[in-house]
Amino acid sequence: MKKLMFFSFVWMISFASFAQSEKFSAAMKKNLEAMDASFKSSTDLISMANNFERIANAEKNQWLPYYYAAFCQVNGGFIEQDKSKVDGIADKASTLIAKADLLSPNNSEISCLKSMIASCHMMVDPMQRWQEYGAESSSNLDVAIAQDPTNPRPYYLKGQSLKYTPEQFGGGCKTAKVALQTSLDKFTAFKPASELNPNWGKPQVENLMKECK
Amino acid sequence: MKQLLITVLTLGFFNASGQVKISGKISDNKNKSLSGASISLKNTYDGGTSDSTGGYFFITNEKGLQQLEFSITGYNSLLQNINIGLDAITLNISLKEQITELKAVVISAGAFEASDKNKGAVLSSLDIVTTPSANGDLTSAFKSLPGTQQVGESEGLFVRGGTATESKIYMDGNLVNNFFFTSTPGIATRGRFNPFLFKGTIFSTGGYSALYGQALSSALILESNDLPEKTQADISFSVVGAGGGIQHLAKDKKSSWGVSYNYANLWLAFNAIKQKQDYFQIPVAHQGDANFRIKTKNGGFLKYYGYLSSNRVGFRTSDIDSITLKNAFSINNINTYQNLNYKDRIGGGWKINTGISFSTNKDDLKNELQDEGNKKVTNSNEPLYQFKNFSLTNLAKYAQARFVLEKRIKGLTAIRFGSDYFYSNEQSIYTLYNGAKFADKITDHLYAGFAETDIYLTNNLAAKVGTRAEHSNIIDRWNIAPRVSLAYKLADNSQASFAYGIFYQNPERRLLPATNGIDYSKATHYIFQYTRQTKDFTFRTELFYKKYDDLYKTGRGNNGNFLAVNNDGFGEAKGIELFWRDKKTIKNVDYWFSYSYLDTKRDFLNYPKAIQPSFAAKHTAAFVFKRFVLPWKTGFNFSYNFATGRPYYNIAFDTTLGKFAIADEGRTISFNNVSFSVNYLPNLGKKDAKTFAVWVLGINNVLGQEQIFNYNYSNNGARKEAVTPPSKRFVFIGCFLSFGADRTQDAINNNL
Repeated sequence: MKKLMFFSFVWMISFASFAQSEKFSAAMKKNLEAMDASFKSSTDLISMANNFERIANAEKNQWLPYYYAAFCQVNGGFIEQDKSKVDGIADKASTLIAKADLLSPNNSEISCLKSMIASCHMMVDPMQRWQEYGAESSSNLDVAIAQDPTNPRPYYLKGQSLKYTPEQFGGGCKTAKVALQTSLDKFTAFKPASELNPNWGKPQVENLMKECK
Repeated sequence: MKQLLITVLTLGFFNASGQVKISGKISDNKNKSLSGASISLKNTYDGGTSDSTGGYFFITNEKGLQQLEFSITGYNSLLQNINIGLDAITLNISLKEQITELKAVVISAGAFEASDKNKGAVLSSLDIVTTPSANGDLTSAFKSLPGTQQVGESEGLFVRGGTATESKIYMDGNLVNNFFFTSTPGIATRGRFNPFLFKGTIFSTGGYSALYGQALSSALILESNDLPEKTQADISFSVVGAGGGIQHLAKDKKSSWGVSYNYANLWLAFNAIKQKQDYFQIPVAHQGDANFRIKTKNGGFLKYYGYLSSNRVGFRTSDIDSITLKNAFSINNINTYQNLNYKDRIGGGWKINTGISFSTNKDDLKNELQDEGNKKVTNSNEPLYQFKNFSLTNLAKYAQARFVLEKRIKGLTAIRFGSDYFYSNEQSIYTLYNGAKFADKITDHLYAGFAETDIYLTNNLAAKVGTRAEHSNIIDRWNIAPRVSLAYKLADNSQASFAYGIFYQNPERRLLPATNGIDYSKATHYIFQYTRQTKDFTFRTELFYKKYDDLYKTGRGNNGNFLAVNNDGFGEAKGIELFWRDKKTIKNVDYWFSYSYLDTKRDFLNYPKAIQPSFAAKHTAAFVFKRFVLPWKTGFNFSYNFATGRPYYNIAFDTTLGKFAIADEGRTISFNNVSFSVNYLPNLGKKDAKTFAVWVLGINNVLGQEQIFNYNYSNNGARKEAVTPPSKRFVFIGCFLSFGADRTQDAINNNL
C-alpha cells in the first residue's frame, strides 16, 4: 500500500509539473496565435498584453511572457491615437521589460524592446524629445547588435528609424535600405531558440523594402 | 489512505468541470467607466481586460479563497478577496486616480518656463538664442514675452511697472549679483553668461515661490546643464570676438569638467558700423569660466561653476550743458563668480538642495570733462563743470549659503523648507575734481527662512502655500512674506491659476547709506491666469494687480548724490497680458505673439508725485516668427517689437517751491524694432562629421527705424537731448564650430 501511495504521489507530482509547463506553453501558444490579429487596435493589444502579464505574474520566472506583454504594450502605444495616453503605456512597457531583463540579462531581444519603448516616448513629441529618446533608442539597438549579432530585429528597427528620418539628417531610403537588407539576410539564417521565442519582423522588413523601391 | 487518494482525485475532477464566470464593471471615482483595465486572478492565468464600457468578464476553474487584482495605468491598483464557489460572481469596482506629474495641473501663475522637458514650458532652450531681437543675450529673449518693457537705454528686465533692480536672477538657487556688465550711461549692457550654460529657465513676472526673496517684481531662475552628452570642443569667431572651450565627459559618464575662454573686442564692429559715441577705449573683455559636475549614485548632482572676467570701455559724448565740451567716461571692471551646488536624495523620501556662492566685483569709473581737442578741462570755476571731473571705485564682495529640504508626502504633495544667508560688503570711494574723497562701506547680513508646501488635492486642483521671513542688518527688522498659488484644471488642455504674494526688498546700493532709519519696500501681487496648451499651441492670458508700498524717497547726501531718506513712496500697476504660440497652423512655421497692457503710476526717488514712470510704456507687443528650411539647412528668424511712447520728465529742484517739481515733460515716439537672423548649418546630417558648424547672421533694426528711449536735460532745463541707440542698426556675423559631438540632434530637436 505504501509503495502504491508513493508511486501515486510521484506520478501526481511529475504529472503536475509536466501539466504546468504544458499549460504554460499551451497558454503562450494560444496567445501568440491571437497576437497577430490584435494589431488592429490599441485596445486589443492592451488586452493581449494583460493576458501575457497574467501568465508572467503567475509563472514568476519566465521572461517570455513579460517580454510579450511589453511588446504588446509598446505596439499599443505606437498606434494609440490619444497622444496623452502614450507615455503611460510606454512606462508600463518599461516596468514589464525591466522584469524580463532581471530574468534574462544581456538579452538582445530585450534591448530591442527597450529601443522600441524609447521610440514610443519620442513619438509623442518628436521635435522636443528627439535628443533624449532618439539617442536612447539608437544606443539600445547598438547594445542589441553587440549582444547577438545574428539577431535580425535590431537592423530592422534601425532601418525603420532611418527610413523615417529626413534625408538632410542622414536618413531616407538610401541609408535605410542598407540596414534593411542586412536584416533580411539575418532573417534567412535566423532560428528562434524555441517556438515561443521572438520571431517577428520579417514581413515588416519586406514591406519597408517595397516602400523604398 | 485509499479514501484520501480518492477524495483528492474526486476534487480534481470537480475542479475540471466547475467553471465559474466572474464579471462586473470598472469605473473611476467619478463613475466614468474605465476601459483597458487589467483584471487578474492572482497567481493564475485567469483574468480579463475591461472593454470600452468598463465591463469585464472571464471564466475560471479556480475555487475557494482567491484574490482578484484590478489595475490600470494612472490609478491605484485594488486587491479584492473573493470566495469562488459554484455560482457566478459579479463585482463592480471603482478605482482611485493617482496624482501624477503627467496629469496634474501645473502651478503656473506669473511664470514662463523655457525648458526642453518640463510640461508647461512655453519656450525651448534654443528659442533663447534664435530670437533675433535678443542678439544671443539671455535676458533679452524674455523681452519678447508679455510683462516686460522694451527699455533700450539700460540693461535688465523691467517687469510690470517695476524697475530693473526689482528683478533678481538666480543660478541653481543662488543669487547672481552683477549678472550684467557694469552700466554705461545710455547704453544697455549684456548679460555675462552664455545662454548655452542652462538647460532650463523660469521667468516669473510675479507671484513666485517663497524660496526667492529681495525682488519686488520678478525672478529669473536659471538651472545649469547636467552632464554633456559627449566630450566636445567648441570654437567661435565673430565680428565681436573669438572664443573656445572644452567639455570633457568622464568614461563612466558620471562626471564632467569644462573650461572656456572668450575674448570680445568691438574694434571691427565699431569701425564697420558708425557709433554715436566716440570711443577712446573700444570695448574689450576677457572672460574665462570653468565647471565640474558629478552625478551621485542617487541621481543627484554636485555642480561647480566659476567665472572670471575683466573688461574695459571708454567713450566721449558731447556734454549737454555746453556747446563744445565733451564727457569722457570710462570703466575698468573685474568680476568673479563662484557657485557650488549640491542636490541629492538623502533617504526617507527627503531631498536636499544646498549651495554656496561667492562673488566679487570691482569697478573703476572715471568721468572727465574735455574740450574740442580732447584735453581735460580743469580751469573752470563753474561747479556744474567742476563736478563732471570725478572718479568712482566700487569694490563689492558677496557670499551666499542656502539649503532647502524637501519631502514628498503623498503623490505630488510635498513640503519644503530651508534657509538663506546673504553677505554683502560694498565699498565705494568717490573722488571729486579737487581730490576730495568720499568713502563709504555698506555691509549687510541678511538671514532668511522659508517654508512651503505643494498640495495636490486631485489631479485637477493644486495649491502652493508658503511663507518667507527675512532679517537684514541694514533695516534691522524682520519681514514676513506670505505667498499662495492655486491652479485648477478646467479641461484636458486648459487651466486657471491664481497667485497672491507679498514681496520685500532692501534699497539698492546707490541709495545707501540711508540718512534715516528705513524699512523694507514692499509689493503685493495678485495674478489671475488662464492657459490653454497643447503640444503645438499655447494661449495664455494674465490679469494682474500689483500694489507698491514703502518705496524709497530720496534726498541729497553729502557729496550731492541721492540717498534713501524714507519709505513714503508708493505706487500701483495693473494690466492684462496675452501670449500665444502656434506651431501648427502654418506648416514648418513657428510663431508667437505677445501683448501687454500696463497702467502704472508711482511716487518714488525724487518724483514730486505719483506719475507714470519713464521706463513704463502703456502698450507693448512682440511678434516672433521662425522657419527652418530643411533642404537649405537654414533657419530664418524674424522679430518685431513694438511699444507706445514712454513719458519722460525733467525733475528738477524748484528753489521757489523748495522741493522737486516736474519742470518739463513729454512722451517719446513709439518704439519699433524689426530684427532678422539667419542660421546656416552646413554640416547638418552629415553622418559622422567631425565638425559641426553654425553660421549666424543677425541684423538688429533692419529698417533703421528711429528709436528714442528717453530724453536727457541740461542742468538749466533749456536743452534736451534724445537718448537713442548707439547705432541705427547692428549687424552680427559669427561662426560657431563644435568638434566631437554631432549637433544634428539639437538641430532636429528644435527645428523639425
